[in-house]
Amino acid sequence: MKEEYNNLKSLIEKNQKIKLTNLELNDDNLILSSSKEDLLFNIDFLKRSSDFKFRQLVDILGVDYPQREIRFEIIYLLLSHEKNLRISIKICVSENDLVPSLTDIFPSANWQEREVFDMYGIKFSNHPDLRRILTDYEFEGYPLRKDFPLTGHKEVRYDSELQKVVYEPVKLAQDFRDFDFESPWEGSEYINKEQLKIEKEK
Amino acid sequence: MAKHTKTMNLNFGPQHPAAHGVLRLILELDGEVIERADPHIGLLHRGTEKLIEHKTYTQAIPYFDRLDYVAPMNQEHAFALAVEKLLKIEVPSRAQHIRVIFCEIGRILSHILNITTQALDVGALTPSLWGFEEREKLMVFYERVSGSRLHANYFRPGGVHIDMPHGLAEDIYDFCKNFPKVIDDLETLLTDNRIFKQRNVNIGIISKQEVLDHGFSGVMLRGSGIPWDIRKSNPYECYEEFNFKIPVGKNGDCYDRYLCRIEEMRESTNIIMQALEKLPKGPIMTTDSRIGPPKRQAMKTSMEALINHFKLYTEGYHVPSGEVYAAVEAPKGEFGVYLISDGSNKPYRCKIKAPGFVHLQAMNYMIKGHMLADVPAVLGSMDIVFGEVDR
Repeated sequence: MKEEYNNLKSLIEKNQKIKLTNLELNDDNLILSSSKEDLLFNIDFLKRSSDFKFRQLVDILGVDYPQREIRFEIIYLLLSHEKNLRISIKICVSENDLVPSLTDIFPSANWQEREVFDMYGIKFSNHPDLRRILTDYEFEGYPLRKDFPLTGHKEVRYDSELQKVVYEPVKLAQDFRDFDFESPWEGSEYINKEQLKIEKEK
Repeated sequence: MAKHTKTMNLNFGPQHPAAHGVLRLILELDGEVIERADPHIGLLHRGTEKLIEHKTYTQAIPYFDRLDYVAPMNQEHAFALAVEKLLKIEVPSRAQHIRVIFCEIGRILSHILNITTQALDVGALTPSLWGFEEREKLMVFYERVSGSRLHANYFRPGGVHIDMPHGLAEDIYDFCKNFPKVIDDLETLLTDNRIFKQRNVNIGIISKQEVLDHGFSGVMLRGSGIPWDIRKSNPYECYEEFNFKIPVGKNGDCYDRYLCRIEEMRESTNIIMQALEKLPKGPIMTTDSRIGPPKRQAMKTSMEALINHFKLYTEGYHVPSGEVYAAVEAPKGEFGVYLISDGSNKPYRCKIKAPGFVHLQAMNYMIKGHMLADVPAVLGSMDIVFGEVDR
């Protein structure tokens, strides 16, 4: 399996038409990084070229890295049935960027882009129907962003007096507990940093 | 003079027995002909991906049972494979065989449910009664191996949780010997049934090219004549050791998909029997003590084993950073997990690629121009389970 992916990698490297910024191969996951302007061209080329035939879009996923300058990554997974190969295409996107929609190339991108929009708030240009998809009808916020709390902001219950479903701020009897599993014998990172500071001052 | 017509909007679900869960389908009807279908999903959204980001790798496994709750172990399998890819560990041969046996049991579980409820949707009651009897037997096998009938939580990265109890292998083998007879019985009720054929033949046709464009996988892909099965094309686990066929449809209609599922059940029975015959002896969990827990017996005498166990079940193991995609051929299609690890004991991002999500997306495309009564038939043949669609 690995050999085939090495071949694919060299095939892409040799190809003059694909505009990529980076190409890395981990095991059998070939990740092609592209700028978002070249995204449509690259994917369309990979779909149509007889060398590749990546004719199916498997999935689109967003990833949030809040510490990075360009905060989000979107990864497109493509599959070629004929060649029995897979490829991931990665683009980096800021919060207010518009990403070109893939719906003209792959109709199946429609809901997948809606899901990325719903979960991360990334907007797609030329998308036929960019609505929220998985969350509630009047949901606020983007749940898969790392700064969105696991417990959410609002909770729902049926109020028997008002005879309707009401939305209220989340009230938990006990906060969600996130344990720090760092071994006390190895010393926590922040303690080590303090230690270093003291030693330096000496 | 042109006749003035008005379309009617119909709200199908979310509480409708033929909606297979909580689907809200807004149909635009011209008389009885469907002009547009707008599925509203997400009524069963539980934020699985977000929850997994806050749990250790071991704690994440039960969430996979609750995705496609009809074939829970197939989902766990994809996650286990993804973690194993990152950890770069080998799974012992016995564990691989046990995994194959239970994945194929899951496939039969799912296909029985789908075939019989599809029959129910188009008006046949008896198949579901016969089929559920068999599902009950299979769920007893699940219970005997994992302790629970549905949410098994049995597969682990590195192997399976515990070994099969004595006598289970023989009982599964006996079941497999009798099961083809049951499929034959089911077929006498449906395959040549005039009403069943009227409701399914030439309904929901989708061509080879459309299938690729819409991102279909599994039976939806094979029903339209594309011979593609991840078990054959990228054999994971020990699937290359087994001899089995991939049934492929011809017309891409609901009836062909039904026939594919029937044949797949026969092939699955075949695989289970082969795996049981080959079932090797040996460990069921990787012997790497950083990932596999120590034996109960060792914990009673060795302090180190006790500490190891405690650390594994509180902190869990740290997975080297990286990105992997692992896919399995789940009963409903390609079920994949894209896992991003940052080197800590919790996944940084775990994207679940559910086959039902893309299938349901094509609902509008497939149902356009059909009659209202075809909605349950097409929906049934797509094999939608909302646990995985909504995640």
